[in-house]
Amino acid sequence: MDENLLEVKNLKKYFRTKHGTVHAVDDVSFTIKKGKTLGLVGESGCGKTTTGRAILRLTEPTSGQIIFNGRDICTLSKRELKKARRDMQLVFQDPYSSLDPRKTVSQIIAEPIKANKLIKGKEQIDERVNSLMQTVGLAPRLFNTYPHELDGGRRQRVGIARALAMEPHFIVCDEPVSALDVSIQAQILNLLKTLQAEMGLTFIFITHDLSVVNHFSDDIAVMYLGKIVEMAPSEELFSNPRHPYTQALLSAIPVPDLSAKRERIIIKGEIVSPIDPPDECRFYKRCSYACDACRKTPQLEEVCPGHFVACNRLEELGNLNTVK
Amino acid sequence: MARKNKKAAASGQKEYKKRSLAAEVWRNYKKNPSAMIALFLVIVIVFVAIFAQFFYDFKKDIVKQHVKEKFQKPSAEHWFGTDNYGRDVFTRVIYGTKYSLSVGVVAVAISCIVGVSLGLIAGYYGGVIEDLILRFCEVFTGIPSILMGVALMTAFGQSIGVLMLAIGLVYSPMYCRTTRAAVLPVRDQEYIEAARVAGVGDLGIMFNHVLPNALSPIIVQVTMGIASAILCASGLSFLGLGVPIPMPEWGAMLSEGREFMRDYMYLTIFPGLAIMITVLSFNLMGDGLRDALDPKLKQ
Amino acid sequence: MDNNLILDIENLVVRFETDDGTVRAVNGLNLQLEKGHAVGLVGETGAGKTTTALSILRLVPDPPGVVECEKLLLDGQDIINMPIKDLEKIRGKDVSMIFQDPMTALNPVFTVGEQIAESIFLHEDVSKAEAYKRALDMLELVGIPAERANEYPHQFSGGMKQRVIIAIALACHPKLLIADEPTTALDVTIQAQMLDLIRSLREKYSTSLIMITHDLGIVAEICDEVAVMYAGNVIEKGTLEDVFNRTKHPYTEGLFNSIPNLNDRKVMLTPIKGFTPDPTNLPPGCAFEPRCPYACENCLKEQKDIYISDTHFVRCSRYEEDGFSIDRKEIQ
Repeated sequence: MDENLLEVKNLKKYFRTKHGTVHAVDDVSFTIKKGKTLGLVGESGCGKTTTGRAILRLTEPTSGQIIFNGRDICTLSKRELKKARRDMQLVFQDPYSSLDPRKTVSQIIAEPIKANKLIKGKEQIDERVNSLMQTVGLAPRLFNTYPHELDGGRRQRVGIARALAMEPHFIVCDEPVSALDVSIQAQILNLLKTLQAEMGLTFIFITHDLSVVNHFSDDIAVMYLGKIVEMAPSEELFSNPRHPYTQALLSAIPVPDLSAKRERIIIKGEIVSPIDPPDECRFYKRCSYACDACRKTPQLEEVCPGHFVACNRLEELGNLNTVK
Repeated sequence: MARKNKKAAASGQKEYKKRSLAAEVWRNYKKNPSAMIALFLVIVIVFVAIFAQFFYDFKKDIVKQHVKEKFQKPSAEHWFGTDNYGRDVFTRVIYGTKYSLSVGVVAVAISCIVGVSLGLIAGYYGGVIEDLILRFCEVFTGIPSILMGVALMTAFGQSIGVLMLAIGLVYSPMYCRTTRAAVLPVRDQEYIEAARVAGVGDLGIMFNHVLPNALSPIIVQVTMGIASAILCASGLSFLGLGVPIPMPEWGAMLSEGREFMRDYMYLTIFPGLAIMITVLSFNLMGDGLRDALDPKLKQ
Repeated sequence: MDNNLILDIENLVVRFETDDGTVRAVNGLNLQLEKGHAVGLVGETGAGKTTTALSILRLVPDPPGVVECEKLLLDGQDIINMPIKDLEKIRGKDVSMIFQDPMTALNPVFTVGEQIAESIFLHEDVSKAEAYKRALDMLELVGIPAERANEYPHQFSGGMKQRVIIAIALACHPKLLIADEPTTALDVTIQAQMLDLIRSLREKYSTSLIMITHDLGIVAEICDEVAVMYAGNVIEKGTLEDVFNRTKHPYTEGLFNSIPNLNDRKVMLTPIKGFTPDPTNLPPGCAFEPRCPYACENCLKEQKDIYISDTHFVRCSRYEEDGFSIDRKEIQ
């Protein structure tokens, strides 16, 4: 039970543009244990979505290894990849553009079954689609409806049913609830949690919403401009954030609780695109603790078991925080 | 119990009727009166094209010459008059529908098969393949269509089949570009990626997901394309390069009537009107379809 | 008392007549806002928040929109019967609005300086040069160096664009600012900057604020009062303490229970069952009744506001019963 299902080693994805090379994902490594959830958090443009896609090889990684169930995904041929993808699925962010508007709900859910010839015969496929719809909580009367007739929550359920159709062990959830209203968001989060418990699924949960990721994930990796700046078990990360960026991010969440008026760290400036980044901490320009020591790329260091931070001034800041 | 029923009714659940795209388009199309008239005319034209051959005999009614009855004015007996060989112009115009329409439809089908598949490939794969296909199209469109038609007809001989092929090839770059433009926005949609994750191959994605979602502008192009193909065919026939004489193709009839235009105007007016009405109907229908298919223009 | 109100809406009804039926977007909404106060208009998609805001400026598209209202006073002026000419003077001067998407709200062919200056020039009796000078001050105020005034919107990032929009909205020191989800399109750290900016500018000019949002956290940050909307009606309104700590309406309770708790991550979320009602076919009586865990027979009849205290009202007929309370505990 404790074995690693997925191991990502030194994953890099660079895009060439006319302005220079964008280091979208730059040397990212992490592991996920079977049945667990890793939350990938960060602001737009930090490379979290690209990481998710690269793991499924929807974008070809520039270099690195993605070891899934003991096999390196990056070296598979097209045919082997198709087979491997049965075990790795993706739930999309936008329930509006991720469903083909010309297909009915049943056609959408049946597609992966038909494409991989998992089940033969129309009746058997319909039966399977019906049971999948039941699993994700879609009423049978929606069988022949088109996506535009459904609201966001139901559409997202269709997307989840499609991902489940091949009985995968591993699902990348790319901001699956950020387009939904809170009450619907809670329904979908609960559904994903129940499915995980019942089917022993392993998730990568990509999001920008820290309160959601805290609720949902076992471990959290915070990304900034293509790099993981901090990675720790959820409780540890929230109670003891060490990287200045994580601290700012946590303090920026608006909390619907009047008793929790906290000191707010507002960081200056905005995230920029990582085009040909110099050898310095990526957070250097916005960090209020930046000094000359930050002018070299920091490495992830383990500060306590399972808690990794990439910051050059870690020790000094640690003292700083305790003094405060 | 009664309360429970009420609750279900009150929960505001829409009734889920299966409303497909076609039904939606028809609902919008109906609101456009000129498009409805055009549709009616198109139906009549198609009907005439199919059934005229059962009412008239080609040898007896269409090509047989009655020299005694030549150049008669329109009358109750000969509605559109008779031509220089004494043939009934009305019968010939009606019978000719078959040729004009079939040239239009087959030519468009050829353009579609060539153009749409090239456009689909160009739009879906992009990169070098796209560049190659687009450049090829540009070169092809650089040649004037009539000239191209003339060249093909002289090379392969004069027959209705070659005419169809010539027109079809001449217009295919247009379909290629329309298709590519329609494919581009669809290609980047997430459901395309979703299909790839689901294990669907490139061909499956192209025909099951990309094409159906890029279809609207192609449908419009096809409708309008039939009109321009008919026009092109008539033009070539008028030049004497189209349908061989004595087939009653409208362009050929125009050409024959031209000599006598000063004295017997009706010889050119009626085939001309037939071309005009057919082309206009298809164009208006295309306009109506475009409005009905494009939800952004709804209001 | 009445003179102290910047906004006074009574029985606002907005319908959209479409082919698919009548969409009842806002149904008899009442809203009062005192001068200098900030109210958070909270609700989910389709609750009628934006429509309400647009009707204050009379910007609801007509057709298909139909706006009916007993009273709509903005700083004592009757908006509903005002000629369009006078209305144009008020828009942008007495009331301005910040829209959700900073990417499309600016005109790409004018520099940002020109766009701010235009709004000043239109509404105040100043020369063009004077207006431009004030535009530069406005830019500095929202934290953009004045040198960037002659740049075009595409040269700005999302957060910077939103700053420009705030500068335009506040250029004429409006009495009322309506912010329609101003931070939804932005990242959390930028959102924090923006909320900070709105709060400090509001204090500076003592502008009244209507903050439209779906995020109760944002409301807690910058508002004094909360109005929770559901199916085109305010179903609960009160001060922050009233609504957050002494929640009364079952829907508000459901909203709070749906939000993941930062402090206790193990607790399972309790979502509201079912879906938001179809606005073309609203249930009779309380619109929340089909989803409400406390529903009873009486909920099918017409609802009216029940005052819990001077500041706090709830639209739920179950409070007519003695001793009714919801599960969520009062805090303190």
